[in-house]
Amino acid sequence: MAHVNNTYGTMAVKTGMLIIAAALLFAPFLFQDVRALEVAARICIFIVLVASYDLLIGYTGIVSFAHTMFFGFGSYGAAIALKQMGPGWDAVAIGTLAGILVSLVVATVIGLISLRVKAIFFAMITLAAASVVLVLASQLSHLTGGEDGITYRAPDLFKTANKLMVDDNGKVVRWFGVKLNGKLAAYYFVFFSSLALFLVMLRITVSPLGTVLKAIRENESRAEAIGYRVVAYRTFVFCLSAVAASVAGSIYAIWLKYTGPDTALSFAIMIDILLMVVIGGMGTMWGAVIGAVLMVMAQYYLRDLMGAASEATANIPLLPELLAPDRWLFWLGIIFILLVYFFPRGIAGTVMTKGARK
Amino acid sequence: MTLLSVKDMKTNIGQYSVLHGISFDVPEGGVFVLLGRNGAGKTTTLRSIMGLWQPSANSVSFQGQDLSGMGTADIARKGIAYVPENMGIFGGLTVEENLILATAKGTFDQKRLQRIYDLFPAIEKFWTKQAWSLSGGQKQMLAVARAIIEPRALILIDEPTKGLAPSIVAAMGEAFREISQSTTILLVEQNFNFARSLGRDMAVIEDGRVVHTGSMAGFAADTELQGHLLGLSA
Repeated sequence: MAHVNNTYGTMAVKTGMLIIAAALLFAPFLFQDVRALEVAARICIFIVLVASYDLLIGYTGIVSFAHTMFFGFGSYGAAIALKQMGPGWDAVAIGTLAGILVSLVVATVIGLISLRVKAIFFAMITLAAASVVLVLASQLSHLTGGEDGITYRAPDLFKTANKLMVDDNGKVVRWFGVKLNGKLAAYYFVFFSSLALFLVMLRITVSPLGTVLKAIRENESRAEAIGYRVVAYRTFVFCLSAVAASVAGSIYAIWLKYTGPDTALSFAIMIDILLMVVIGGMGTMWGAVIGAVLMVMAQYYLRDLMGAASEATANIPLLPELLAPDRWLFWLGIIFILLVYFFPRGIAGTVMTKGARK
Repeated sequence: MTLLSVKDMKTNIGQYSVLHGISFDVPEGGVFVLLGRNGAGKTTTLRSIMGLWQPSANSVSFQGQDLSGMGTADIARKGIAYVPENMGIFGGLTVEENLILATAKGTFDQKRLQRIYDLFPAIEKFWTKQAWSLSGGQKQMLAVARAIIEPRALILIDEPTKGLAPSIVAAMGEAFREISQSTTILLVEQNFNFARSLGRDMAVIEDGRVVHTGSMAGFAADTELQGHLLGLSA
């Protein structure tokens, strides 16, 4: 790979990051509808989830299919605590910590047992573990709500009816047309929590630990030969990534006020994470941001866009059928193939090498 | 005083027995050279000492401590650095990152760093470059620099002159001579002239066994023995 620290490609990616960060920071004011806020919150959560997966696959070369399992531990931890204990911050704290603890224990056990074996066997073990947890979540219905999941209330601060600021008449204050209510507080809880988690992970990748991880990814036995216990490092990163995914799950559970197998544990989420990390670019961290933004936007808006395109081309033969909204997954697949073809290292990975000194 | 002792070391790779009982002692200080024809087992010997291949029990001791059965990382932490034949650098990392990986605390001892700059000026020049973009000679310099960035008791170096230009080989020889003033080097080398100019003691390996040990000066003077063991013509 070319040297990428000061290329114009790197500058372009970092400028893009600033634009995305600004858009997410001001999302409630820029896009004033419920769906847009939902999309923005989902992007924040998935940035953390994909970045934590990038620590594994992009920085350390570990392929795991259990990332949604850790996300699920965090989601169900917060959900069960909020359901059982009521909508208080103590429930949020206990649920989140319980999710982290379970994730740590499971990740340590899986890591120590199986990170010594070949990558493909490790991937299979994580796949098996994730399948077991998915089945358990469906079957332990008294605790998890089974296939229906759990609905609960978030802390009162996040209730839509909660007024953060009131005017002289007792009505909720509006800033630029946006009500300063609990929904806004919930969004900023998601935004700032995600930002903090992302920055911590970013800091790790530029620390000496990040350099060791890249060395392990490049050649395990060379890293061993200069004194690094590879299994210990790989297990540590697996645990770190599991904890980040678990916290992301808890944040998502608080935002959604619903947790079920489809929102927290499904393999569809795992595939989304894989697609996001590949589209964005592995081993860059910025790729997680780009991948999450593009994929979540496509999942929410591609159908609408195609509906509009189908109507606009109504008089042209064949095109309206091809652009029918129901075919959005087909077009998403085409876009994915084109992205992989034109950006073989992912968007961030490829763009950052533009203008690189060889 | 013996620094590294290899006694009746046997190593199997898969179903193949590669080393059939290697024995030699590396004294503290200077350069000890392992010679032998291609496929004799020299690289396997170094890899076995480092634990990259598992040698037979109780066959390697370093500063009086048994190394066989230890993990590679633990052996490296005992103060043994390894510069493999393919240099073992991390191409995706910068020169600086390659060196910082080999430091114990993630920071450089400025005196040692300056010594490396003096030995290998290319290291300072290409400090922020990614290692894959260096020439073969520069990669070799980086590999050796990484081995000496921290104090080590022993450096295992596998065929450092392979494929290098004569001017680089000469510079490498000078560097090894200086390094060996403070650190013991166990050198595997095919280039006999290079080995002869550096070595104090030596051993010849043939078909997974040591067939000769002694001083380099004595071996260099015995052309008949050289011809017999290494196929060198007078």
